[in-house]
Amino acid sequence: MIAEFGLAALWLAAALALLQFGSGVAALRKGDSPLAALVRPVAVVQGALALLAFAALLLVFAETDLSVKLVALNSHSAKPMMYKIAGAWGNHEGSMLLWVTVMGLAGSFVAVVERRLPEPTMIATLLGQAFVSLGFYVFLLFASNPFERLNPVPPEGQGLNPLLQDPGLAFHPPTLYLGYVGLSIAFSFAVGALLTRQVGPAFARAMRPWVLGAWIFLTLGITAGSYWAYYELGWGGWWFWDPVENASLMPWLAATALLHSCSVLAARNALRAWTVMLGVVAFSMSMVGTFLVRSGILTSVHAFAVDPKRGTFILALLAIYIGGALALFAFRAATVTEGERFAVTSRESALVFNNVMLSGILGIVLMGTLYPLVTEAFGERVSVGPPYFNPMSAVFVVPMLIVLAVGPLLRWRRDSLSRLRMPMVVAGVVGLAALGLAIVLAPGKVLPIIGLALAPAVAVASLLPLRGRKLAQVKLPLWGMVIAHFGIAVALLGMAAEGAFTTERLVALRVGETTPVGPWQIRLARIEPVAGPNWTALEATLEASYAGGKPILTHPQARMFWAPVQNTAESALLTRWNGQLYTVLGDKADGDANGGRWQLRLWWKPLVTLIWLGGALIALGGLLALVGRVASDLRRLVASDKIAFRRVRQGR
Amino acid sequence: MSAIKAKHQRLILALIALVAILAAGALAAWALRSQASYFYLPADLAANPPEAGRAIRLGGMVEAGSVAKAPDGVTVRFVVGDGKARVPVSFKGIVPDLFKEGSGVVAEGRLDSEGRFVADNLLAKHDEKYVPREMKDMTADQARAAVRNTQ
Repeated sequence: MIAEFGLAALWLAAALALLQFGSGVAALRKGDSPLAALVRPVAVVQGALALLAFAALLLVFAETDLSVKLVALNSHSAKPMMYKIAGAWGNHEGSMLLWVTVMGLAGSFVAVVERRLPEPTMIATLLGQAFVSLGFYVFLLFASNPFERLNPVPPEGQGLNPLLQDPGLAFHPPTLYLGYVGLSIAFSFAVGALLTRQVGPAFARAMRPWVLGAWIFLTLGITAGSYWAYYELGWGGWWFWDPVENASLMPWLAATALLHSCSVLAARNALRAWTVMLGVVAFSMSMVGTFLVRSGILTSVHAFAVDPKRGTFILALLAIYIGGALALFAFRAATVTEGERFAVTSRESALVFNNVMLSGILGIVLMGTLYPLVTEAFGERVSVGPPYFNPMSAVFVVPMLIVLAVGPLLRWRRDSLSRLRMPMVVAGVVGLAALGLAIVLAPGKVLPIIGLALAPAVAVASLLPLRGRKLAQVKLPLWGMVIAHFGIAVALLGMAAEGAFTTERLVALRVGETTPVGPWQIRLARIEPVAGPNWTALEATLEASYAGGKPILTHPQARMFWAPVQNTAESALLTRWNGQLYTVLGDKADGDANGGRWQLRLWWKPLVTLIWLGGALIALGGLLALVGRVASDLRRLVASDKIAFRRVRQGR
Repeated sequence: MSAIKAKHQRLILALIALVAILAAGALAAWALRSQASYFYLPADLAANPPEAGRAIRLGGMVEAGSVAKAPDGVTVRFVVGDGKARVPVSFKGIVPDLFKEGSGVVAEGRLDSEGRFVADNLLAKHDEKYVPREMKDMTADQARAAVRNTQ
């Protein structure tokens, strides 16, 4: 019953999206159409219905209604409740429903609160949003119905991939989706602005909070996803350049560029066409990512279903939306009037440089991700990994970070570098000192050395915009920028230190034996069986002592899940302020003989936690900027209301 | 700089962006040719071996009876074959659970100077829903080879 209810809500939502689109078009074509008043309320109801459908799906998963095909394929009655619910989006259909739900909610949110732009632009924006939603509704209803029934009802479900049964999963995909789909708002704003030819500072100021919001979620989602892969896969790495990771990185790169070009447009009324273009590209990257992941053309842990029909469907959606938006851009870009000029040495130029470099990285990642597909068409199977991605992205990241050190200190419009001699010397000296130190400490490791040199220089330089200001009077958006840039330096230091100083040890130990790894001494104290709700495991107890200190216990496990049957290595982490000890328990080294040795894989990763701390700082910076912008917009709104009110009173 | 007209500035910006993106594309294309890791079946590897040290991936069947553990307890040696050629492989690490004699494997690594394949990573079938894509095709190849051999 609940499943049918959900399906009905989904159909209604799709119908309302069509109505939203149709009335929007009618309102735009005939200026004073009564349908114009319909667009906003319909957008709100459409979002609410999508949410209802999603709630229905959560409910059938929560009560493990096995007559629903999706539940039977992806859930199991013996799973803990948290993973039953998380299982609702840990599959293709459910994640697409989450996608349209977020998209509908974002649309209704805009419809309710956004009053800053001229009404035709808003109607065009909501029309764009409805048009995009419509495609995904059709996709859900005709090619991936999450509420399909199963007859006969199976006695038990097939369970959820144990790799996905982790608290990180309950939180990481929805966060990323909020980011991906939040960018649809930027896309719709861009389309709306192109349709009504209203590209200017007001447009940028209206779009910026939405981009910021999506960007914060993307940052958090990528950070959390990276940590999840780090501890759950048990491979010791934190970024694998897996297509799915790239699919989340590409929209982030585009959104980061968009964020910076938005601030140029808002402050200086320049980079108009470029900002609109980035708005289109950012969401297009979200959709390309979804296509890569969901179509099954690339296999990975994240590719739920391999179904050529779905791949074709998403490809068609991609072609319509990206092609359509780019065509609109091509027709209208020439009529977007020219913005203000600026000198070569200016804040604008630094931000243009940032945008070009980010686009370069985006191009590198996109090509590396698509290359295996292209060669496969010619019968050659290749895979592309870190030997390509690391150095090639560094080619763009390094100049970008150097400019990042100086850019925020530059004035808008025109400036001279001689004014910045002091800060440049300070950052340069810090960087060179760090470079010397890094060459001594990590000889021969080129990329980590560059990172170790750049990170302190960027960290110092990122704080310089605060110099000579009263800290209590610094506005929130400036704090946001400083903290986000500082976060980049922190994350970079973590990445570089991990690359330069990680020590790894692979050994076979008898119970009672000890092995060193970095400054640690690890003793295998015992191995014993333990049991969880839907798994059993062998658990090792390791006594780890740092530099001769008191031993700390840590417990890596080898888990055996029984629904579905699968073994996973559950790594154990010991965190200190200066790094993490990462331990994985392997197999018996000498077959089944009693008293034999056990394989252990141990890493000491100095400063590795800075990677995710940096990610969190970047997101925090975004949050501060968002709060600051929204607060000042609200103040402005209140002030203009007061003025209007006074005028009315005086007029009387 | 103020002598530059608005139109010109726009043109210059567009040109810079275009050049940067073309440069990124050219760089990527060049790097992909040299850095992408190609997929080999044992027969391909025997017929046309890549230079030692180049990152490649090798896919095939783990030959029955070939898996041996070295005395250190963490190095595994085995032979990957496809019915036409055999490649000795050594791997230091914890093998995946579904790594078995007689089943498929994809090894990431490189040839050493003696023609032995040194694997950094082994991909075996993870579970029903996650199979390395080469392996799906490979088992089909194997099936065909098996049919040919029995006829």
